[in-house]
Amino acid sequence: MLKIADLRLGFSVGERTLLAVDGVSFTISRGETFALLGESGCGKSATAQGILRLLPPAGRVAGGRVEFDGVDLLALPEAELRDYRGGRLAMIFQEPGTSLNPVLTVGRQIGEVLERHRGLRGDAARGQALALLRQVGIADPERRLDEYPFQLSGGMKQRVMIAIALAGEPELLIADEPTTALDVTVQAQILDLLAKLQVDRGMAMLLITHDLGVVARMARRIGVMYAGELVEVASREAFFSAPRHPYTQALFAALPEVSRRGAALATIPGQVPSLAAMPAGCRFAERCPQAMPVCRTQSPAWREVADGHVVRCHWQAPPATGEKAAIAAVDRSNPSEIPPQPLLAINALQVHFPIRKGILQRTVGQVRAVDGVSLAISPGRTLALVGESGCGKTTVGKALLQLIRPTAGSVRLAGHELVGADARRLRDARRLAQMVFQDPFASLNPRLRIGEIIGEGLTALAVGGKNAAGPRVAIAALLAQVGLPADAVDRFPHEFSGGQRQRIAIARALAVQPQLLVCDEPTSALDVSVQAQILNLLKTLQAELGVAYLFITHNFAVVEYLAHDIAVMYLGRIVEQGGAEEVLGRPRHPYTRALLSAVPVPRLDGGGQRIALAGETPSPAKPPGGCHFHPRCPKADARCREVYPAVVMSSATHAVACHHPD
Amino acid sequence: MKDWQFVMLWSDLLVWLLVAAAVGIAVLIVRTPPLLAAWRRVGANRLGMAAATVLLAFAAVGLLDSLHYRPALDGQPGEPLRYSVEVLSALDALAVRLRTQQEKSYSAPFATHAFARETVDVPGVGSVREFPRLKHGGAHLADPRLAPADIALTAGRATLFAVLAWLAVAAAVAARQGGWRQVWQGRTPFAWNAVLAALGGLLLVLVPMFALAGDYHVFGTDKVGQDVLYQILKSVRTALIIGLVTTLVMLPLAVLLGIVAGYFRGWVDDLIQYVYTVLNSIPGVLLIAAAILMMQVLIDTHPQWFATAAERADLRLLALCLILGVTSWTGLCRLLRGETLKLRELEYIQAAQAFGVSSGRIILRHILPNLMHIVIISLVMDFSGLVLAEAVLSYVGIGVDPTTNSFGTMIDNARMELGREPVVWWSLTAAFAAMFLLVLAANLFADAVRDAFDPRAA
Repeated sequence: MLKIADLRLGFSVGERTLLAVDGVSFTISRGETFALLGESGCGKSATAQGILRLLPPAGRVAGGRVEFDGVDLLALPEAELRDYRGGRLAMIFQEPGTSLNPVLTVGRQIGEVLERHRGLRGDAARGQALALLRQVGIADPERRLDEYPFQLSGGMKQRVMIAIALAGEPELLIADEPTTALDVTVQAQILDLLAKLQVDRGMAMLLITHDLGVVARMARRIGVMYAGELVEVASREAFFSAPRHPYTQALFAALPEVSRRGAALATIPGQVPSLAAMPAGCRFAERCPQAMPVCRTQSPAWREVADGHVVRCHWQAPPATGEKAAIAAVDRSNPSEIPPQPLLAINALQVHFPIRKGILQRTVGQVRAVDGVSLAISPGRTLALVGESGCGKTTVGKALLQLIRPTAGSVRLAGHELVGADARRLRDARRLAQMVFQDPFASLNPRLRIGEIIGEGLTALAVGGKNAAGPRVAIAALLAQVGLPADAVDRFPHEFSGGQRQRIAIARALAVQPQLLVCDEPTSALDVSVQAQILNLLKTLQAELGVAYLFITHNFAVVEYLAHDIAVMYLGRIVEQGGAEEVLGRPRHPYTRALLSAVPVPRLDGGGQRIALAGETPSPAKPPGGCHFHPRCPKADARCREVYPAVVMSSATHAVACHHPD
Repeated sequence: MKDWQFVMLWSDLLVWLLVAAAVGIAVLIVRTPPLLAAWRRVGANRLGMAAATVLLAFAAVGLLDSLHYRPALDGQPGEPLRYSVEVLSALDALAVRLRTQQEKSYSAPFATHAFARETVDVPGVGSVREFPRLKHGGAHLADPRLAPADIALTAGRATLFAVLAWLAVAAAVAARQGGWRQVWQGRTPFAWNAVLAALGGLLLVLVPMFALAGDYHVFGTDKVGQDVLYQILKSVRTALIIGLVTTLVMLPLAVLLGIVAGYFRGWVDDLIQYVYTVLNSIPGVLLIAAAILMMQVLIDTHPQWFATAAERADLRLLALCLILGVTSWTGLCRLLRGETLKLRELEYIQAAQAFGVSSGRIILRHILPNLMHIVIISLVMDFSGLVLAEAVLSYVGIGVDPTTNSFGTMIDNARMELGREPVVWWSLTAAFAAMFLLVLAANLFADAVRDAFDPRAA
């Protein structure tokens, strides 16, 4: 139905046009889901925008054809193309928060499409909009129709976005990272919804994603993009059982998994070549483990390795089946025994933010971001704090470093109480615990040199300032430790890629030789291959320096790979904690079980049975009475609605707060 | 004994301090690579560099006008040397003919005769009402009907000279930048072609104008017969002082209070917000009027403070700058507070806090450098706003001292002239054109600076 041939898109920079998409060809037939997979900057979003000619102002169509039912969309005049956009082809975007107009009601925004593409107005349009909202699973659609986007949660906004896309009864839906901004439980809901709608309507779908798990769940055929080119196209089965391109294989090898715990993750050396300096031969040659001389001079042609499985590579070795082989090497060297003296002990920590109202700013309520959390971390171990957005996990990390003043509770670091400590004591404590932040682009001051950034802690806490040669030598040693060149000292953050910046942030934190590193989602802004590098680095550092990590994340794959202990958080409280094998292998809290089952697994057999959670996380300002989880819990009964469950120990280390633990 | 005495007015002091500060900042920029890179982008902007060329011409006039002296009076030998009460500037010395060639009253541009009829006694005829010849305008001509030819000839010669001068400059630039083609096709890192084009335009207009200014009143004369071109040249300094000195007053207030309010929040923020909300809610013109009137009373009751009238007018000019500064810091302060609120939540600030870095150091190292682009942009943008504000205030009569030349006073005087029949248009037009050119150049330059410092474009 959709046939893309030799599509080439570029961005004009000055007088030059840099090709972001270079000769991409694929087809999508009716009712099929084609996934376009790739890391950031590989041109997958540009391809999607190019199909509808919705490129940003600097974007240019440099050549190729986009045929939809035999009509070349690139040759249509703008006025005729509008019949296709939102009509026969619809698109949903990554960020539900910004793709809806905040000053129009949901009904108006759906009605706009209905009027344009189906000529419906007034009551007929309203009825159709109601039907659409019902289809995308929005409860109480009559009320929601007259609400504004800010009154909806993230998941509901994405549902509304889908309803708008469906309003024109499209034959092809282009979904550009439709669940990347959502939590796993909500992501599972949206993916199920998309799959169901697709079956009901016989609609084709072009799914753009970087997540192998989402691909495994949704796609029938998969195209892998690298540096503006498609490098491999295969059916789902062939793709997951026998990937042929070295890049695809490297992507699989870079995934953190429980089976790879002992070993270092495979990484892809180097970086994606910049648009301005594309190599003449195969674009992956510089980073490819199988590169041959011919790869550097000649761009490989398409080669059919099996029926419907084509690959663009000179290397003709048999398909890798590494996945099964790796499972044996599970690391059990860290038995879950608790040493007598924990490095960090958090006890009944509370962080409440007052809600103020009125002229006198009186406190009318509390947002209980953290509501009685107790944790302990032993030296040299990793505790993963897992939870969905808004559960208060980042607040725990900041409160234990006293970046946010806790409301109550105690934080003891190496035997010293930090809550209410005076400035001197805090300064001493800051040497022991440091933080690595989520966004490597916001965590480095763009106006300071790398040397100054790393040296800041050294001067502020007067570490090793006694000897004159101190700082410079120390900074050089730190750079070597995190794997950066020594000449980085005099450069500025903007000259580095995301992964390199995260290394700088880690070096900065390590500069004061802390014993505890709070890592707040350190890899969530990074691509899979870069994530693998950072995880390897963190693991090496732990082995060398014996530093303990509090690893705050929502990514279970990372947890499986890295953590010794796990604590699962829901709405400001810990619902389950214990050793990694215990929590992952025998989860006892219904929420943990649902979370684990919601994570899309990048394997063929990753389906399993899923526990679908209804609804979304409630606001911590008004947590439900009784057990906070009861409105979404499949096992909830009367007792759950009234009493918050006490903690039940199922082993020496495994604790769960539930009335009905499994 | 020398025949002049150097006079340093307060505003001169400030002007030269500003020049010194500008040189200091330039040295700092050259030593800071990211700043230098940003200013290189400014330098590559053609429109911006053309505007900068025009601004530099204005600045040169203003600086010449900021070197003041008092000439010695001709006295009897043996008497102690005495100096005139009139304070002159280097500009006055250069444009001595413009200053001294006063007519009786209005005359149109390039006129040889007065604008109004007068009763003249002609021997043998008696009293006749006619347009008398001007004392200076076209006085060198025996027959005033030859004036157009004379003007064309002088202008033509001057134009030729301007072209030659421009070619010399252009050749020098081309020799240093690697040839004509490089310069002309814009392949130099600095936008030399725009600078040369702007310089060419300036030379083509200014050289003929000043060549004619000695014999004619190029922009006519005003009610008391003073040359309008001279008034405009003198007004440039006033405009520059208002635009620059005011920012000196406003900047520390805005930057300090804005950052403190945004970073510390709490009661400090409440207090600062309260102050600027209150200040903003008082009509600015009223506040300025009250302050200026008080200042005027102070000046009038203490005549012994001032040796010359120029010093008195100068104090009033500075008072106006001060009060404009005090009333105009709120906008920038609000902007900086908002930006600081955003910055303080960024992770690198939190990382610094996690190291126990002191608040003062965080502000100096992490916040202030990341706000500088806003400060620079708003400074350049405010400049034109302040020049216009002076014009408005002087028009209402609460601006600079009436004896100080400024665009505002010129426009104020033009109010009456517009009511005459036939209308006296040149004074207003000339003031308007000069101010328009200054403000337009400042705005275009501000645009270039803003584009270069925009982090999204970088």
